Amino acid sequence: MIDWKDKKEFWIAGTRIADPVAGRIRTGSVLIRRGLIEEISWQKKVKTDLPILEADGLLLAPGFIDIHTHLREPGFEDKETIETGTAAAAAGGYTAVVCMANTDPVIDDPSVVKYILKRAAESGSCRVYVNAAVTKGLEGVDICEYHHLKKAGAVSLSDDGKYISNSQVMRSALEYAGMLGLVVISHCEDPYLTNESQMNESYWSTKLGLKGAHAASEEIAVARDIRLAELTGSMLHIAHVSTAGAIELIRQAKKRGVVVTAEASPHHLTLDESMLENYDRNLKVNPPLRGKTDIAALRAALRDGTIDCIATDHAPHSAIDKQVEFDLAPPGMIGLETCFALLNTELVARGELELIDLVRLMTSGPADVLQLPGGKMEVGEPADLVLVDLDERWTPARENLRSKSSNSPLLGRELTGRVQGVFLEGKWLSAII
Amino acid sequence: MQLNRKNLLGLEFLSAQEIKLILDTADNFKEVLQRKIKKVPALRGVTIANVFYEPSTRTRMSFELAEKRLSADIINFSKATSSVKKGESLRDTLENIQAMKVDIVVMRHGSSGAHKFASEFLEASIVNAGDGRHAHPTQALLDMLTLRGKWGTFTGKKVTIIGDIMHSRVARSNIWGLTKMGAKVTLCGPPTMMPIDVDQLGEGGVKVEYDLARAIENADAINILRIQLERQQAKLFPSSREYFEVFGVSPDVLKRAPAGCIVMHPGPMNRGVEIAQEVADGPQSVILPQVENGVAVRMAVLFLLAGGQAEDEEIAS
Repeated sequence: MIDWKDKKEFWIAGTRIADPVAGRIRTGSVLIRRGLIEEISWQKKVKTDLPILEADGLLLAPGFIDIHTHLREPGFEDKETIETGTAAAAAGGYTAVVCMANTDPVIDDPSVVKYILKRAAESGSCRVYVNAAVTKGLEGVDICEYHHLKKAGAVSLSDDGKYISNSQVMRSALEYAGMLGLVVISHCEDPYLTNESQMNESYWSTKLGLKGAHAASEEIAVARDIRLAELTGSMLHIAHVSTAGAIELIRQAKKRGVVVTAEASPHHLTLDESMLENYDRNLKVNPPLRGKTDIAALRAALRDGTIDCIATDHAPHSAIDKQVEFDLAPPGMIGLETCFALLNTELVARGELELIDLVRLMTSGPADVLQLPGGKMEVGEPADLVLVDLDERWTPARENLRSKSSNSPLLGRELTGRVQGVFLEGKWLSAII
Repeated sequence: MQLNRKNLLGLEFLSAQEIKLILDTADNFKEVLQRKIKKVPALRGVTIANVFYEPSTRTRMSFELAEKRLSADIINFSKATSSVKKGESLRDTLENIQAMKVDIVVMRHGSSGAHKFASEFLEASIVNAGDGRHAHPTQALLDMLTLRGKWGTFTGKKVTIIGDIMHSRVARSNIWGLTKMGAKVTLCGPPTMMPIDVDQLGEGGVKVEYDLARAIENADAINILRIQLERQQAKLFPSSREYFEVFGVSPDVLKRAPAGCIVMHPGPMNRGVEIAQEVADGPQSVILPQVENGVAVRMAVLFLLAGGQAEDEEIAS
């Protein structure tokens, strides 16, 4: 645990500095002054009168950015609040999150955007960017006032949790959002094919007697949206891609120059449908956990650039919500506090992904998708940084997580690599309780 | 021999030996049921709650009778007359029932996995009397008891299950039970009611055949499933009359099967939809013996879960 009192000016010395834009990790020291990165030195030791935070062997990276977080406030404060959700984010190494629009009221009006930004300024432990709804009430019928929403501070548009099944509405949304330079984020599933589904459709859904959502339902939806992005020339981002077929569609679209980006969630990269054998409601997510070949395809897509970023889809639900029959449980799991450690354990430590690529997919990758600031290790940038002990083994548990909810299948599972804390504009926030 | 299990959640979790133990025990109880006084004191002092979240005639009466024949104390719960109507959760309901010092909970529930969920927090034994589409182990066991009574063995025997496989917990439990005991299973029904990759289900997998005549031509038994209209959220076949034409078992269709082919149906029947009147009531039908065997099988399951020994003197006493 790092013992650090806030200083206006200080060196972080002897750390492994990750620069995701340059694609390199190199040992050195970083000078922070008045909340900015003032200097990056490749010296392990610095000669200075300023205070020094000795960070020998620790990884120093730009603060992680999550472009898919459900903060639940306003409306579902029993599951999470802006205060607890951003505290969880900071504990997971994030210095910025984009919150999704399925609150109550829905973020389909500038007043809700402003309310969230005000609450974040009052109680947030990281930067909060707001994703507004594509359609009013997330009903997939009437497009929202994107100009007003953008003026109020919205950075992207998504009806996450729902696919816009009317193709004309999606076309209009892309055209209008494109005019304003806003990315439309699509949650891809054909709702007729996934109606009342509980998990991936496969041998496992047959065995468990649960209604399945076939990979085809996601792929049909992705194919349509790519075609509409091609037609409109607008920016499309595919949320939580989960199937091998969807990845192939995105890969081909990128090859022909369609402006499409994609994210993968930590759970779709590491957990598979067979784990549902005991009907664990914390493994119920939408899109559902898929098969092992899908996981392999997702991992390959991280390496070849088809996937642009990791996004957690942090979806808190209270114990009451999840202590029910499987088909009554709402989908979703929390992810902010375990994302880096899980992917470090499952991908980096096993040689499936370079550490610097994981850093890029959690920093400059997501920043580029939504054209957000941050994600860079450069002089003059705000000192939004994360400090990680890559070797520390730890076990997520209710007591050491800051999210208000604990709907995670990872509780009790040992992970390698622990975020020690973040600097938010140079101000230290310890991750460890 | 003893069944070292707390719960009966599904046949996929049981070994062939354990299934045999239940069937052997059930055969002993069948003998009890032939006596003038059909009651044994085996479960005296054991309290059993019958918790039915879905309507049931046969299964519920069969369990209740089995419990009475074993001298257990019984309480009954049904969704229609309970606090569930007031919005009480499954967990709260079961914990309240448990607080009344119940030893065994027999439950039917519309959600697949509901019993697994209940087993996370219940100390009482749980017997699955049907969960969603997932499992109905005592139905499969009584089907198997009926077949074993006719055949003496399952090895090499061929059973064809006909109908709505997708929504059927009876089919799933029969697949697991029969294949574990060495029988060969063929499934037949409309493709819209055939769940994906179902051929991999069971020990060593099963055969899927869409042509009814071919599906039954070598069958030693056919098990005709009820078309579960209440479970059908989408129309998966065009009409009842077309279903009967293509998948209904009429006397003419039955002639395509070997002469000794046994006809089973878990009930309740839709006569004229999946099974013709003459077939249901014909000489090859064992539909009523199935019901009779249901009581013996449920006695065996309850007795063994309560810790009874297969050769226990109490059975004979």
